[in-house]
Amino acid sequence: MSEHKQTENNPQGNDKKMVIAMGSIGLICALLIVLTYQGTFASIEKNKAEALEKAIFKVLPGISKTKAFRLNQDQTFSETNATDPKIPKVYAGYDSIGQLKGIAVQANGKGYGEVLNLLYGYDIDNQKIVGFYVLESKETPGIGDKIEKEDFLANFKAMDAALNDDFTKIKNEITTVKHGEKTNDWQIDGITGATITSRAVGNILSMSSNQWMPLIYKNKKSFLINDKSK
Amino acid sequence: MSVINQNKTEKGFLSSIADHPSTDEFIKGVWRENPVFVQVLGMCPSLAVSNSAKNALAMGLATAFVLLMSNILISLLRDFIPKQVRIASYILIIATFVTVIDYAMQAISIELHKSLGAFIALIVVNCIILSRAEAFASKNTVGKSILDALGMGIGFTFALLCIGGVREILGSGSFLGFEFMPDSFEKWVIMVLPAGGFFTLAFLLLIFNSFKIKNNRA
Repeated sequence: MSEHKQTENNPQGNDKKMVIAMGSIGLICALLIVLTYQGTFASIEKNKAEALEKAIFKVLPGISKTKAFRLNQDQTFSETNATDPKIPKVYAGYDSIGQLKGIAVQANGKGYGEVLNLLYGYDIDNQKIVGFYVLESKETPGIGDKIEKEDFLANFKAMDAALNDDFTKIKNEITTVKHGEKTNDWQIDGITGATITSRAVGNILSMSSNQWMPLIYKNKKSFLINDKSK
Repeated sequence: MSVINQNKTEKGFLSSIADHPSTDEFIKGVWRENPVFVQVLGMCPSLAVSNSAKNALAMGLATAFVLLMSNILISLLRDFIPKQVRIASYILIIATFVTVIDYAMQAISIELHKSLGAFIALIVVNCIILSRAEAFASKNTVGKSILDALGMGIGFTFALLCIGGVREILGSGSFLGFEFMPDSFEKWVIMVLPAGGFFTLAFLLLIFNSFKIKNNRA
């Protein structure tokens, strides 16, 4: 009988102790994470900016300098130095004589696991995607991370992204097809075994191209740099 | 005569260090109970990110850091954590330090962070860390737990570096990124692929076990 009482009394005391223990460990942990986040924020942002710059050179072949442009409220673009990631931005690339070679656009979306952060190069004159780079991905190693490999990147050497006749959207939506079934330049040859990741890339590019390319095309002139001012 | 005496005292000094219990706490993780070669724990990262010595070293150090910090905190809180919720608490603590090292690595080098990819987050489920928390840190003093974590951490890093080193030298003809093999050297591509990881691990386990058998006989 007395044993029974003890087990009846103890759980309450234990419950309280457990809640206190878990709660305070949670607090310590939260504090540690916040402190680290604050402490490393500046250098992470700096590293990310450097990595982005390197990536811009990769997705726009043949450029020798880049400039960032922000999208204003009235759907026009203007040059910017702002580093706030919340401001929508695109990056124009120029060759050594200052000629516009293309625009690099960042695109995010859900992958198989976490957010996929992509960068692609858009050649305005030929209306093609000319480069593709994965900035951030937590896709399954050995399966989903094949989107960073040469075979998959070959899709984006000269991908058709032509606009329709009134320049409001993409004529042929970018879509992912099964591996080996690619017949048109606007299709992405998917990866066997990584269907969700390859489709995610297609969806992200399709959304982003419909959103950005008409705007970029309409404002093409604002990206040209005035050589006399240099 | 004096030389012999000196030798004797040196030997005496060394063996007294080796016999000291705290040294033993440290040495056992590096060698006798090496997490990879003897306990055969943490196979996933040791096979997956050991395709180059640099990745292996970074992964080993990151894991050692998480192991050390979680061992310290768990050992400090060992009387405070109720038995029923201990595993949940350990996982919470381990996950916190994994997040910390994740941020730290991004701050050091984005490229390195990218090449390790999802495996940094997967340190949380590395059974070496939870097993040290449960088997050692929750029962021992902070000092001993630090030594244990350092030993196991260095042992893990050493093992990963061995695997990564062999795979990089044979598979890419370089070590830590420095190419030193002559151009005529034909790279063994298979060593960089997953299969190479298994081959290398098996080969190293063979060497390690033959050492062990020899020692046992002697």
